[in-house]
Amino acid sequence: MSEFTLPQNSRITEGRHFPAAAGAKNVRTFRVYRWNPDDAANPRVDRYDVDLATCGPMVLDALIKIKNEIDPTVTFRRSCREGICGSCAMNIDGTNTLACTRAIEDLPAGDVKLYPLPHMPVVKDLVPDLTHFYAQLSSIRPWIRTETPPPPDRERLQSREDRAKLDGYYECILCACCSTACPSYWWNADRYLGPAILLQAYRWIVDSRDEDTGTRLDELEDPFKLYRCHTIMNCTRTCPKGLNPAKAIAETKKLLVERRA
Amino acid sequence: MASYTIQEHQVDVIVVGAGGAGLRATVGLAATGLETACITKVFPTRSHTVAAQGGISAALGNMGEDDWRFHFYDTVKGSDWLGDQDAIEYMCKNAPAAIIELEHYGVPFSRTEEGLIYQRPFGGMTTHFGKGTAQRTCAAADRTGHAILHTLYQQALKHDARFFIEYFALDLIFDADGACCGVLALDMNEGTLHLFRAHGVVLATGGYGRAYFSATSAHTCTGDGGGLALRAGLALQDMEFVQFHPTGIYGAGCLITEGVRGEGGYLTNGAGERFMERYAPNAKDLASRDVVSRAMTIEIREGRGVGEDKDHIFLNLQHLGADVLHEKLPGISESARIFAGVDVTRQPIPVLPTVHYNMGGVPTNYHGEVVQKVGEEAEKVVPGLFAIGEAGCVSVHGANRLGSNSLLDLVVFGRAVAQRCAETIRPRQPHRDLPSSATDAALDHFDRIRHANGSLPTAEIRLTMQRTMQADAAVFRTEKTLQEGCLKMDQVFASFADVRVSDRSLVWNSDLIETLELQNLLYNAVATINSAEQRHESRGAHAREDYPERDDQNWMKHTYVKVDPNGRCAFDYRPVHMHTMTSDVDVVPPQKRVY
Repeated sequence: MSEFTLPQNSRITEGRHFPAAAGAKNVRTFRVYRWNPDDAANPRVDRYDVDLATCGPMVLDALIKIKNEIDPTVTFRRSCREGICGSCAMNIDGTNTLACTRAIEDLPAGDVKLYPLPHMPVVKDLVPDLTHFYAQLSSIRPWIRTETPPPPDRERLQSREDRAKLDGYYECILCACCSTACPSYWWNADRYLGPAILLQAYRWIVDSRDEDTGTRLDELEDPFKLYRCHTIMNCTRTCPKGLNPAKAIAETKKLLVERRA
Repeated sequence: MASYTIQEHQVDVIVVGAGGAGLRATVGLAATGLETACITKVFPTRSHTVAAQGGISAALGNMGEDDWRFHFYDTVKGSDWLGDQDAIEYMCKNAPAAIIELEHYGVPFSRTEEGLIYQRPFGGMTTHFGKGTAQRTCAAADRTGHAILHTLYQQALKHDARFFIEYFALDLIFDADGACCGVLALDMNEGTLHLFRAHGVVLATGGYGRAYFSATSAHTCTGDGGGLALRAGLALQDMEFVQFHPTGIYGAGCLITEGVRGEGGYLTNGAGERFMERYAPNAKDLASRDVVSRAMTIEIREGRGVGEDKDHIFLNLQHLGADVLHEKLPGISESARIFAGVDVTRQPIPVLPTVHYNMGGVPTNYHGEVVQKVGEEAEKVVPGLFAIGEAGCVSVHGANRLGSNSLLDLVVFGRAVAQRCAETIRPRQPHRDLPSSATDAALDHFDRIRHANGSLPTAEIRLTMQRTMQADAAVFRTEKTLQEGCLKMDQVFASFADVRVSDRSLVWNSDLIETLELQNLLYNAVATINSAEQRHESRGAHAREDYPERDDQNWMKHTYVKVDPNGRCAFDYRPVHMHTMTSDVDVVPPQKRVY
């Protein structure tokens, strides 16, 4: 019989418990994934009892309260706290979203479970390594590409209808919630671009000012880069900004079919 | 002290910060062929420029008559005559070209029926020197900062700019002649130290809104550039001028753009009255931000606030209709739902004046070169050091910034600094030898904080600082509150000697980073409250109840403030530039500021 060993650091152990201070009124327990590269230990889940009576409404508020008042070593990214910078993307109770816009009271009853974005290398605790994700963004050359020089002293014209075609795509905040929710990306992230990057690609494909649509489509016509999308739709379901990466991908596939005809 | 290995990088120019100003500079520098590196503590698109909403000003005249000279006049008046008029001319005159350039870069601006860039009215923006209302603020719905920041990052990728992401700047390095020649930085992901040698160091680190308890600013707005400069013994300028944005969401502090009022929204008090008509009969809700924030504060103080405790104001936009809200203001509709539980098509948004912008910063000329007063010379250039954006003080905003002038400031002076470096630095110019002792002080500073083992957690000192600044350096100030505040801030500053860092690791040690940021905030905060205490007049955002009038005789001058390692402030002054760059526009002499 063959024997398998689990990869290093894949066994999660039960960690420490930090009970709430005496007199806490409305306690909710946050189970937080902890892993520190400095020691050889497996990851653990620490439990923090937070008094919601003295805490802001969002999951990020609870994390900041934990860091400020209970355990300063808890590590996570955060910046704008209003859902526009994309720093605090993490897995909250099984769903990828932004900690700053996820209200604690909207979560299902029970302990709140906080994990880093799934299937990404972890730098520390809730901080994933997004280097590959950013490299994939660069790989699609996500900038305007034109042949015609723009008018020297005024803007290019774009009709309101053409500008409206960017709505739902240009708003992406690169939080990576969608890509890291995609099973296809979990398996093939080395070669599949994933929903976030494909949405970025489509944002330029539909921009009436861009003149390199053909090349952009050529570069995506690849069994892995684009066609590893199997319309699972986790991307659209999880996007904290309400965008629809699955539609961007479907539209790209449609354009490829149409140009073959 | 533990021994550290330092990896050295040699480049022509190093940019610290990757927000709008830092990215625009980086793109410009990369395009000139200078070897450029940009170090940033967050991934570029996570910088706080991303949160700018309403737009970026430029007299394009797409939506009616406009002229950059009107914009110039409005900005001088908005600054309450503390802005330097040559720098303001430079900015307003270069604004249209800067916006056209952004469009050419691919910014997804909203459009008019003719396909031109859409422009909306904004506070203090007028035509014919105060007579009409200008539509001057170029917008991408209410996500203009996001649209610009992402586009600038794309351009940086196009130009193959080199980024060092999640690197935290620890200290500036100077050579024996006093020229800035590098930055020591911590790579947060690896926990390693890096010395970036450069002929030009550009500070583009943003503001320090987090010195206050309630701010629209991101958690990362910690005044790192100001901290670096002050610790290097340089003076900052006009730190007493802190802008309160009239419409931060009550409680959460998140920004609701002035564009709401630009599109026709208005404020009401507890009696349902449109009170701005009493304070600014012409501009009403579109008066300058300092004017509106004071009016709101007075309404609340006199018992006319809204809500159970009558402690806030309503911003009404229900009448604009779902179509306008959906097309022009979708982002704030979402923010209001998430953070105030409000459906903007049916309910007003509860708002409160909230700390938003720092007019003060590292003093520079309009090339972005840092200047200091040396002897009788009021503006002597510090070789090798530049500052742009909110970290700098050109000064185009003077005592009060007009809405949509900050995004403009970023791109105009980001571009200017790249041009200046191209003029003054030869590509691959050799670096002078630096004695290894040049980094000793910086290393010692880092090592001390890293092993800080006192009794006060970082968060506790930070909270005391934020509450002190919020209470004692607020919208209205008096001698009594300011003096109390200065004393309290002295104690808070001193208490940092007893700080405790709990996390002893080096990889992504955010406890350590927050402590280093707190130190930067403390330097900025002490400079701010002491500068406010010594300025005995009311001007722009600095409103003294004991000195209610502007005093041009004694106070039409910029404050220079230095902070020593014990938190003691020393002051000096320099005259406001009451001259323009060219004869294309006339100096606007001081007048009474009425909206």
